[in-house]
Amino acid sequence: MKATREAIPAVLIELAQRGADIVALDADLAKSTGLDKFAALYPDRFFDCGVAEQNMIGTANGLAAAGKTAFVGGFTVFTVGRAWDQLRNVTCYANLNVKICSSHAGISVGEDGATHQTFEDIALLRMLPTMKILVPADYWQAAEMLRAAAALEGPVFIRIGRPKVPFVYDESYRFELGQAEVLRPGEDVTLVACGITVKMALDAAEALAEDGISAEVINAATIKPLDEDTIIASAAKTGHVVTAEEHSVIGGLGGAVAEVLGENLPTPLRRVGLADRYGKSAPYEELFAFFGITADEIAAAAREML
Amino acid sequence: MMAATKDLSRGDLKRYLEERALTLRRHCLEMIGRAKSGHPGGSLSAADIVAVLYFHHMRQDPKNPRDPDRDRFVLSKGHAAPVLYAALAENGYFPLQDLQGLRQLDSRLEGHPDMNKVSGVDITSGSLGQGLSAANGMALAGRIDGRDYRVYVLIGDGESQEGMIWEAAMFGAHHKLDRVTAFVDYNNLQIDGHVSDIVEVQPLKDKWRAFGWHVLEVDGHDVIAIEDALKEADMMHGKPTVILARTVKCKGVSFMENKADWHGKAPNDDELRQALAELSCVPEVGA
Ligand SMILES: Cc1ncc(C[n+]2csc(CCOP(=O)(O)OP(=O)(O)O)c2C)c(N)n1
Ligand SMILES: [Mg+2]
Repeated sequence: MKATREAIPAVLIELAQRGADIVALDADLAKSTGLDKFAALYPDRFFDCGVAEQNMIGTANGLAAAGKTAFVGGFTVFTVGRAWDQLRNVTCYANLNVKICSSHAGISVGEDGATHQTFEDIALLRMLPTMKILVPADYWQAAEMLRAAAALEGPVFIRIGRPKVPFVYDESYRFELGQAEVLRPGEDVTLVACGITVKMALDAAEALAEDGISAEVINAATIKPLDEDTIIASAAKTGHVVTAEEHSVIGGLGGAVAEVLGENLPTPLRRVGLADRYGKSAPYEELFAFFGITADEIAAAAREML
Repeated sequence: MMAATKDLSRGDLKRYLEERALTLRRHCLEMIGRAKSGHPGGSLSAADIVAVLYFHHMRQDPKNPRDPDRDRFVLSKGHAAPVLYAALAENGYFPLQDLQGLRQLDSRLEGHPDMNKVSGVDITSGSLGQGLSAANGMALAGRIDGRDYRVYVLIGDGESQEGMIWEAAMFGAHHKLDRVTAFVDYNNLQIDGHVSDIVEVQPLKDKWRAFGWHVLEVDGHDVIAIEDALKEADMMHGKPTVILARTVKCKGVSFMENKADWHGKAPNDDELRQALAELSCVPEVGA
């Protein structure tokens, strides 16, 4: 088990050591993002903007306009929410090299509750032209996404979380932008997940197999640009699709898959996720059970359709 | 500094820059009149400041618009795009002819500046409140790279109601960004009326000072005073400078001056003819 956020300092330090022209900014949350470790080694390339997220993105925009690749931290709810206009009207519109590696996305934030969790961040960013959205399922995928973000042109959002999560990959993993990964082939139903729900979907497929149901598991790690071909091909094969995410069922992975299938291959679909409601405080495993975002719920949604 | 004006006497420089500012004002009104839309008030208000920067003070090379060592200009009040476009075109960043396309489908001259479309625009703007942060970021990048370019940023007084301006003011002083010089186009007008009636920003001088900035006050239509203030700002060490420029919105056209209504309204053909006459120019209405 390792948190996706632990990849932030590890990869940024690695990038800086390799001579990448990067800077990092935070908004008084460098201890949460781990950017304090980057700051300790590269004090001239780190800027703590204090509790001022709009200024953080605005400053990152200026750094990027002057040639730097700027990684920005903070908590996702504030970096994306408070500074959305800064992201919309400058970062994305001008296609600047600002890479959002904020932490504490999703409801796996846990005890801090609804004000600090996110269920809308993917939706908020998905409709911004030029933005790329990456959701890591584990530490190794997060690390690869951070490396990819540095190499990509323009804005990137990596949806990084607080808790330690199980490994889905190992150190040899290589990320490819826009490539959904079929982690387990199957015939009867397609389970499309991203982030923390990838492991749940794999567990659900295991449980379904015991009932003689063959589930295909896809990690749609790039939400934008979405790998439509892989999703359509799988839906064509299985005829049933379940999506799973720690995000609202509106506007996130489930919404994106519904759009793709609706236009290309109308297919029965169930969306597991936050059902148009705010989160709440609790240890995050209890929250997932409370909101019905679990391997059992994913399996149940699949069974319901078959 | 521009080589062409470096050796002018103060008197000659004054006459030259005043003529340039007048030219910018005429372009602005012609562009906005032709487009039948745009923001004359804030464009004319800032014409003298922009003229001093673009025809004398800034280090720039229109043939090399992405020169990493160039001075930068951030038009935080992006709705004054016409005055920036006019200055860029007069400097040769793109043909003067292009000014006629303002706000049209086949033109790169968007209603608000787009750095990826218009040569010489250093950053995209239009959403108020963001320019000072961007200027700070550019200055930080220059510091990291050991470059000595300066960054100039133009903020509106109404825009100064945005909280982000003050986040950036705090940040700029904290980082001792002495290569940043901000102008406040202090015309006491915004869309809905007088700034002092909507939400007072006074005392601006005390506010900026309290935020750790070196503060200068000038008549924003006195080109020599503007240049002198810029020179003083360039010499400051350890502190960014803000120049509070007292201005008249829509300066130069008697019937448009100081009226909130002319913030974002285009002159009709008659008004344009009259305005251009006041700016001593042969009208080219409908050309
Ligand atoms: C964030 C944001 N809110 C609102 C607007 C709409 N708007 C455009 S100009 C303006 C008034 C600006 O007044 P001021 O800064 O004083 O500009 P000036 O008088 O120099 O034209 C407003 C509210 C905007 N462009 N951006
Ligand atoms: Mg004003």
